[in-house]
Amino acid sequence: MEFARGSMLYLDDVSVSFDGFKAINGLSLMLAPGEMRAVIGPNGAGKTTMMDIITGKTRPDHGDVIFDQSIDLTRHDETDIARMGIGRKFQKPTVFETHTVADNLLLSLAGKRGVFETLLAQITGAEARRIEEILETIRLEERRDDLAADLSHGQKQWLEIGMLLAQDPKVLLVDEPAAGMTDAETMATADLLKRIAGEHTVMVVEHDMEFVRALGVKVTVLNEGSVLAEGSLDHVSADPHVIESYLGR
Amino acid sequence: MLLRFLLAAATIAVFIAAGSLLPARAASLETLLAELPEGGYDERAAVVTAIAGTGDDRAVALLEALAEGDLRQMKDGGQIVRVVREGRTHTAFDPLTGAEIGEISSRAASKIRVNNKLRRAIAAALGQLTLASPDRARRLAAAASVLKTGDPEQIEALDAALETETDPEVRTAFMDARAAAVLNAARPTAEKVAAIAQLAGRNDPQVLSIITAATTSDEPAVAAAAADALDRIEQARAAWGAVQNVWYGLSLGSVLMLAAIGLAISFGVMGVINMAHGELVMLGAYTTFAVQELIRSFAPGLFEVSLLIAAPLAFLVAGAVGVGIERGVCRYLHGRPLETLLATWGISLILQQTVRSIFGPTNQQVGNPDWMSGAFEIGQLTITWNRLWILLFALAVFALLLLILKRTPAGLQMRAVTQNRRMAEAMGIRSGWVDALTFGLGAGIAGLAGVALSQIDNVSPNLGQSYIVDSFMVVVFGGVGNLWGAFAGAFTLGIVNKFLEPYAGAVLAKVLVLVFIILFIQRRPRGLFALKGRAVES
Amino acid sequence: MKADPLLDLKSKLFLALLVAAAIVVPMANLVAAPGSDFYLPSFAVALFGKYLTYALLALSVDLIWGYCGILSLGHGAFFALGGYAMGMHLMREIGPRGVYGDPVLPDFMVFLDWKELPWFWWGFDQFWFACLMVLLVPGGLAFVFGWLAFRSRVTGVYLSIITQAMTYALMLAFFRNDMGFGGNNGLTDFRDVLGFDLRSDATRAGLFVASAAALGLGYLLARRVTTSRAGKVLVSVRDAEARARFLGYRVEGYKLMVFTLSAMMAGVAGALYVPQVGIINPGEFSPANSIEIVIWVAVGGRGLLLGAVLGAILVNGAKTLLTGWVPEIWIFVLGLIFVLVTLFLPKGVLGAFGTLSWRSGGARRGASAQPAE
Repeated sequence: MEFARGSMLYLDDVSVSFDGFKAINGLSLMLAPGEMRAVIGPNGAGKTTMMDIITGKTRPDHGDVIFDQSIDLTRHDETDIARMGIGRKFQKPTVFETHTVADNLLLSLAGKRGVFETLLAQITGAEARRIEEILETIRLEERRDDLAADLSHGQKQWLEIGMLLAQDPKVLLVDEPAAGMTDAETMATADLLKRIAGEHTVMVVEHDMEFVRALGVKVTVLNEGSVLAEGSLDHVSADPHVIESYLGR
Repeated sequence: MLLRFLLAAATIAVFIAAGSLLPARAASLETLLAELPEGGYDERAAVVTAIAGTGDDRAVALLEALAEGDLRQMKDGGQIVRVVREGRTHTAFDPLTGAEIGEISSRAASKIRVNNKLRRAIAAALGQLTLASPDRARRLAAAASVLKTGDPEQIEALDAALETETDPEVRTAFMDARAAAVLNAARPTAEKVAAIAQLAGRNDPQVLSIITAATTSDEPAVAAAAADALDRIEQARAAWGAVQNVWYGLSLGSVLMLAAIGLAISFGVMGVINMAHGELVMLGAYTTFAVQELIRSFAPGLFEVSLLIAAPLAFLVAGAVGVGIERGVCRYLHGRPLETLLATWGISLILQQTVRSIFGPTNQQVGNPDWMSGAFEIGQLTITWNRLWILLFALAVFALLLLILKRTPAGLQMRAVTQNRRMAEAMGIRSGWVDALTFGLGAGIAGLAGVALSQIDNVSPNLGQSYIVDSFMVVVFGGVGNLWGAFAGAFTLGIVNKFLEPYAGAVLAKVLVLVFIILFIQRRPRGLFALKGRAVES
Repeated sequence: MKADPLLDLKSKLFLALLVAAAIVVPMANLVAAPGSDFYLPSFAVALFGKYLTYALLALSVDLIWGYCGILSLGHGAFFALGGYAMGMHLMREIGPRGVYGDPVLPDFMVFLDWKELPWFWWGFDQFWFACLMVLLVPGGLAFVFGWLAFRSRVTGVYLSIITQAMTYALMLAFFRNDMGFGGNNGLTDFRDVLGFDLRSDATRAGLFVASAAALGLGYLLARRVTTSRAGKVLVSVRDAEARARFLGYRVEGYKLMVFTLSAMMAGVAGALYVPQVGIINPGEFSPANSIEIVIWVAVGGRGLLLGAVLGAILVNGAKTLLTGWVPEIWIFVLGLIFVLVTLFLPKGVLGAFGTLSWRSGGARRGASAQPAE
């Protein structure tokens, strides 16, 4: 896996089709450790399917998906990949609605995952402290004992990001974190993500151009399952192909 | 063996004697009849042979009467009559024309006696006569009779008949009969081996027993040829047995498909299992019963078309109940498939108990019209008409449904909702309306299945329960939202079931099929014909 | 500061009630004079004992359905298997007192002209072995079945349908005489258990107490599981299975654990049921029985352990009363319960009327919570 040297996430010539429809078509992408990357593209460009492939939900028809220079992700399932350190936030905020906010974070904390481990687990002081920290980061201290179902849409987004933080993964895949947020919330989210990057490798899929601009990172434009353009936001915005297939509409 | 040989030799002697005694007498049946009482048994045998020689049609009945000992000669006038005894009264008939002459006293006529030797001569003469009969059916019957008895005395008659016979089927029958006779005659080994080869082409229990008998022959070549032929016959029987199993499987498959296909479309479109589906089938069967009862009371002449009347009614009755279930219950449980499953189970209990209260818990008699009764054969395959009609009916329903789904706007909407409900709604499809329609259509087909099932199964309130698990299996095996899945699933399961039955017994076969499906679903959790893609995975 | 999560107020109340019942019911039968106001006839003791085993069975179904979203339509099979394991022991204990007087072979085997005991009947003359099998056979079947099903992610309606197929297949198999479990008639004509006459009042009282104890222990066990962090994971799996996977939980492992545990509980319930009703036959495997268990849970309140107990007792009490009163009407009522509870009482009786919330079990919204994905 020489070719993946120096990368945290490495996709090469990945394709997958559903009943003849090519959702991903020869996609290649590389993220360096600590890099934050924004991925944009029109509906059906294959953004979510790409995340499905990285997280083991969908198996590609062919192509390489290498994590941390050496691990072939196509050979592992979601659970394995999550435990290796790839966290994911869904497009539609997905939290455990019948658990409290604190419990959602508790279940996300890195560490105990085995059946018998959790059967006997007692919450430790370190765990409790970490939960408090995250609650503060995502500004949900007041809601700690409320059921996640009772949160607003934006708060659920934050909680899910908090759950990602609790996992302490090497790579965070964040699907549309700003959807349903107010402008202020959107900017706060961008700030949060920027803080996370550096320690973690982050891939953000987003439609909101203001948000992408606020992130101020390298942008990859996907279209019809492959990379259309890559570079700074200004650079890709000027690309005529991008304008034609995405921005122009 | 020896005795038969002696008898045969004696008969041949009689033939020769007859030939020399009556060389050129081209006598009519009437004159020969008059000669019958004269002389001893040998002379009488000669006359019998001469009678056969006339080829006269009336001779058959005459000789049969003689063999039975029914021919008597009137003491007064010497007329020969056939006497039928009934109790103490004796009635005389003309032996040739069959015309009644009248009642006679038992002492008025004396019996024309026959002994065993004469009876054999009569049998030979009869064989010759019937084998040469202008009536095709009679010739075939004669051949069958020789095949059965394997009477070596008939060989010559058969040879003679074969020379003039042109009908291919009759010729085959003659050759087979001759072969059977040859095996019993003192003939060269090669001829017997050829005879076995001839018989081996045929496939019935009769021939099987003849050849089985030949395996114990004193002549090793004959025994070997017989054993060999027996093997080949066994193979042919196994092959036909397989064909028969396929047929049974197709028949079971057609019933399963009818029962499952409605389930499959509502499962496909709405993602819910209708546990009351079996009861809708049962309602269809009871509709058939009710229609037949009404016809019996008011218009017995319509009985032959009762099913044609019942089918649309059953569709409507079950379909209406289906729409009622959807609008009344399932609609409110949308997106909660497990709750829907429980609620429809409750409905199934209510429907069952309602029917039980109205019609009683016992089986109801639903009649088969004439065109659904009986059976016919192809080779060794027996096909009953009702099963054949049900297969055709199932295929027709399937084709019609396919047409509705592929060619009508309603079908297009159903397929749209199956594939992506939310997108379909966004396109302006009223999914609630589609749900009701789908449910109603599925239920209506269940009603049709009930009409079909009423022809082959007991109509009782439990009818639905006995098919429901199997139809679930068909749906699960075939895959959701795909009619071809239900089609392939039903026929595969039907055939596999019927092939397992001879080895494992009916119950164990079913258990094995269920275990197979449970294992199969591990490998393909979404069935044979699963839809793929992101939309259906959630 | 915080109440003991394992034994909250409701749990304590319930266990106290159970202990009270375990004392009062036998006393009312054994000590109170027949004819007095406090006297409880013997049949009622057996009847209440049967309810307790049903409650334990409902508890086992609630554990998987209420807390993990696994709707098993074949849990009656585990109950019946536990029952058969116990029934086999009781058959062996008849010994030479059977109709045919064979010291080893049960009557039905002598009738079928069998010469020796099939291998799978070996060891059932020992009570401890039978008890072990009561746990191992249902547990083993659940483990194998669950391993196959959960590994390939058979979920939702599909899982329900194949669990139904499982119990249906077992029913067909047990109906066969060749299986060696008494075919149609099942196992019956038991004499005694551990040397106590099954028809004596004292034995019945003892079985009632044993059933109450089993229910109490089953409840505590279920409580222990559902209040643990693993219990929270189970609820997470129920509500958002994919999310749980992406957090790194091996979902199939959790499902397998709770499914197997639940099957063993059902097996114990079956084992206690058989000596109290005196018969076990293949009808116990019928799919209809298994679905009925689910409705007990739904009536009481899914995702509330006490709801399952309450539902089992309510529905079966109603069944006993109604079938004694107008037999035909029971099926109608049962059918209506299915429809009305799912439509109008999705949280069950306890969920709708219970005022105290206990979040630690994650159950407050259990009955109405929908999986988010």
